Amino acid sequence: MSSRGLAAVAALAWRESRFARRHLALLLGAVGLGVGALVAVAGFRAQLARAIEDGARTLLGADATISSREPFGPRTSALLDSLRASGAEVARTTSFASMALAPADGRTRLARVRAVEPGFPFYGLVETDPPDAWASLQQGRNAVLDPGLLTALGVQPGDSVALGQARFVVRGSLVKVPGDAEIASAFAPRIYVPARYLDETGLVGFGSRVEYEAALRLPSRGSAEALERTHTRNLRVEHASVRTAEEAQSQLTESLGRLGSYMALVGSLALVLGGIGVGSATAAYVSRKWESIATLRCLGATSGQVLAVYVLQAAALGAAGAGLGVALGFAAQRVLTRLVASFLPVDVSPGLDLSAAAAGLAIGLWAALAFALLPILGVRRVSPLRALRRRLEPSAAEGKDPWRWAGWAAVAVSTALFFLLEAGSLKLAAIFGGGAVAALGLLALLAWGARRTLAGLPRNRLPFPIRQGLASLHRPGSQIRVVVPALGLGVFLLATVLLVRHNLLIPIRPAAGGSRADLVVWDVQDDQAEGVGAVLAARGLPLLQKAPIVPMRIGSIERATPGDEASSSARRGRASGWAVRREYRSTFRDSLVGSERVVEGRWWSPAGTAPGGGEAAANTEEGAAGADTYPVSMEQDVAGELGVRVGDRITWDVQGVPVETRVASLRSVEWARFEPNFFAVFPPGALAGAPRSWVVLTRAANPRASAALQSALVRRFPNVSVLDLTVIQQALDEVLDRVATIIRFLAAFSLGAGFVVLLGAVSASRLERLREAVLLKTLGATRGQVATALVVEYLTQGTLAALAGIALGVAAAWGLSRWLFEVPFEAPLPALVALGGLTALLAAAIGAGAGWSAYRGTPMEALREE
Amino acid sequence: MLIAQSLEKRYSTGGRELVVLRDVSFEVAAGEFVAVVGPSGSGKTTLLGLLAGLDLPTRGRVVLDGVSLRFLSEDDRARLRREKVGFVFQSFQLLPSLTALENVQVPLELRGESDASSRAGELLERVGLADRAGHFPAQLSGGEQQRVALARAFVHRPRILFADEPTGNLDSETGDAVAELLAELNRELGTTLVLVTHEDLVARRARRILRLADGRLVSDSAGAA
Repeated sequence: MSSRGLAAVAALAWRESRFARRHLALLLGAVGLGVGALVAVAGFRAQLARAIEDGARTLLGADATISSREPFGPRTSALLDSLRASGAEVARTTSFASMALAPADGRTRLARVRAVEPGFPFYGLVETDPPDAWASLQQGRNAVLDPGLLTALGVQPGDSVALGQARFVVRGSLVKVPGDAEIASAFAPRIYVPARYLDETGLVGFGSRVEYEAALRLPSRGSAEALERTHTRNLRVEHASVRTAEEAQSQLTESLGRLGSYMALVGSLALVLGGIGVGSATAAYVSRKWESIATLRCLGATSGQVLAVYVLQAAALGAAGAGLGVALGFAAQRVLTRLVASFLPVDVSPGLDLSAAAAGLAIGLWAALAFALLPILGVRRVSPLRALRRRLEPSAAEGKDPWRWAGWAAVAVSTALFFLLEAGSLKLAAIFGGGAVAALGLLALLAWGARRTLAGLPRNRLPFPIRQGLASLHRPGSQIRVVVPALGLGVFLLATVLLVRHNLLIPIRPAAGGSRADLVVWDVQDDQAEGVGAVLAARGLPLLQKAPIVPMRIGSIERATPGDEASSSARRGRASGWAVRREYRSTFRDSLVGSERVVEGRWWSPAGTAPGGGEAAANTEEGAAGADTYPVSMEQDVAGELGVRVGDRITWDVQGVPVETRVASLRSVEWARFEPNFFAVFPPGALAGAPRSWVVLTRAANPRASAALQSALVRRFPNVSVLDLTVIQQALDEVLDRVATIIRFLAAFSLGAGFVVLLGAVSASRLERLREAVLLKTLGATRGQVATALVVEYLTQGTLAALAGIALGVAAAWGLSRWLFEVPFEAPLPALVALGGLTALLAAAIGAGAGWSAYRGTPMEALREE
Repeated sequence: MLIAQSLEKRYSTGGRELVVLRDVSFEVAAGEFVAVVGPSGSGKTTLLGLLAGLDLPTRGRVVLDGVSLRFLSEDDRARLRREKVGFVFQSFQLLPSLTALENVQVPLELRGESDASSRAGELLERVGLADRAGHFPAQLSGGEQQRVALARAFVHRPRILFADEPTGNLDSETGDAVAELLAELNRELGTTLVLVTHEDLVARRARRILRLADGRLVSDSAGAA
């Protein structure tokens, strides 16, 4: 096409769209919402990447850290000394969980104690309120606390807080600690104290889970990598590990990258919905243009020219919608940044990102063109004869057209590529894209079925307005097939979020009047166990469970090779490092507890746990079991990580003493229950004499009894820690609420796009409505009857969409609960009814409100408009 | 100028074969004004569609200004129309979102001509609607709309003009005025004119009348003009 020809076509495209622009503006909204969601996410991701890049060293507060679950051994200490000698700065931090107590009124709260040496952090600033609190920390027995902890203990700056035997003066509260996400303090609020007073607390004793970390400022850049390269193996012997700032950065980039992908995928649904809206509205628009197209063909327009007119219109629409979307996206990015901020260990600026804007424009243009393409392709085949005969058989434009297949292929391939681009991984794109397509397919199927059912339903006895409203759903040009999937998908997303959140909270929900534990007392030393029992008894509280805990590590694994050397070595190859190296906190008992069951092998009977004998040995080749071999029961997932099966031998290192075991059974464990569970369970005889601590479960039933017990326990046994179910509940509730808010925010774009599609559908059937208006009014229908019919029409569509979306949401949340989160599932009816009802009512209000304009005027006006 | 040779057109609708035209042959000389008449359902409009290349005959052939339409693609036929053919429809078929002037410009613009606007203005003036150039079709009366359509039909100086019941949607007085205008333009510009109508008054202006009945050409006679 010559440039003059192109200009003429462009002018024609512009003029030709003149009276449709008001309706097309809706499509702008459909594209704009989708692009907005994507630009918001993309802009946020770009700023996040920048923040991580800029703040790499503040993530650790150091160039590198060396950390261990045990006090640093001689090699590690020697390394730190030599580093110090070569000019490096070292600041050690010792962290552990402990009860903080307000001596004034005895209030307690489980806290994360961090005893730091001066100098930490080397990079970044700890922000506090008042601002000088951090600087004064090291000047005496001072403490800086999370604001939540201040509230829980009821203390203020100047008050004192007890940790074990020591007391500290509160200097202020934490505002921002480099490298820490704010949300982390929801579960265990932090309390910083100077390291030199740590011993005075008397808390770092046997059995407590302590983390030792040395933060390093190295004299030159690059020496962190050298340090890691040279010493990793050496330090591993002492169960210590090196982490560099670059590593921390790349790990954070990776995990946040995944978070970004999930957000982008939720956002991309809005765009696909918008695209579907564009497609359906374009189809309605083009079908109204057939006569104009036929006239143009009579006047000599080629199919290419006609196609160009409508492609240009779609492109202009896409560009305008994308532009709107970019503006919307920038605004949404600010909200998103604020919503996600508490999950991030870095400060993310809400600033604009030009590449995200450019990508948004391109994607919006693509969505408009790709989804409008199929209906537009039909214009090539509109016969000029249509100008002579208005009611020409439609087959002229709808006959078999090989280009339609190409069009479908282009839409499918480009949509798949789009999902791949947003997901960043083929698997995620396949799962998410496939799931979205399947959900849309199911919704479309339901709409189709509903339309068929409605058509066949006997309606004779229904009052006229209801009959009319239902009939509208299956008349030619009814948009139910688009409206139900578009609205349903948004409802589906929201219902899934609602249900998953609800079900994640079930396992820790206290059963009313039940007997489940709500307090876990741990770090109870062997000589304190009886005393703790006495405190409970004195208060009339039940001792629900009392389990010994023995820390240990895996010394070696010997896999049985029943004639299958290959499988054994394959399993060895699969064994993952963390499972082999980690510290195991195991227990011993002779029976199973309620949260576990044996899935393979057999549990030992109380009598059969002597070394070398018992049922474990009886299960395997009797002679192979040595005289000092005990059975052990492993949790099935960790067994998989270790690559061990029933019959394999594991030698445990129990504080220097080797204990030989043979895997007698594998258990499945409900980890989500508020009870102590164990990877490895031994029979009672196996760990006799090994140093142990105890964990005790009780039920206080009400907050006052709970607080009084915690206070009494901590005053008498300062090293004992108490986990309070209600605190965990509140924390989890808060975290889930924030996560749900983020997802809801993004899902709202999809629901919004769904409603835009609904509006588009109303507008698409405007002509039919005008004809109907003339007829109904001529026949004497009242305004009330017409309004009722409209409400029935859209209420039905909204209800169908809501029911279908909720049904899909229930299915998805059930699957997620069962297989991903492994928690029981239930559907909270009132919340779902509220979601469904609101959707249906909103659909009725929007649909009927928009459709009403066609009926408002007199029959004459309607005739004239036609 | 125009040759129709043994034209036959069949449609199959609902599994039934319907023969709309059978063995229709005639020739039209350059500058001639031919009216095609016949009762409704006799195949007039179908014949017009075939002659203008909007559709292809089941059998037979059409030669338009020396070009046989049979072997031209849909787009080639469209190009031929835009060079040589003008159209006037019963229901005017103005593009509703274009102004009167813009509607008249369309055939020129489709050809990529540069002075579309001034030439369109001249034609509007010729049909007496210069002052309505900026109006949209919905703002014009039926007669005005058909005059705009006439201006559009003649704007690119077509060699032949097809008119399908051009007065069918107009009252008799307005219809008469439009028919008169059509005949004038035919005379002034030397355009060959093929007009389908069932109104005798309009047909009588033609120099030759082809009469169709049941899809057959039953008479070919001189008109009153």
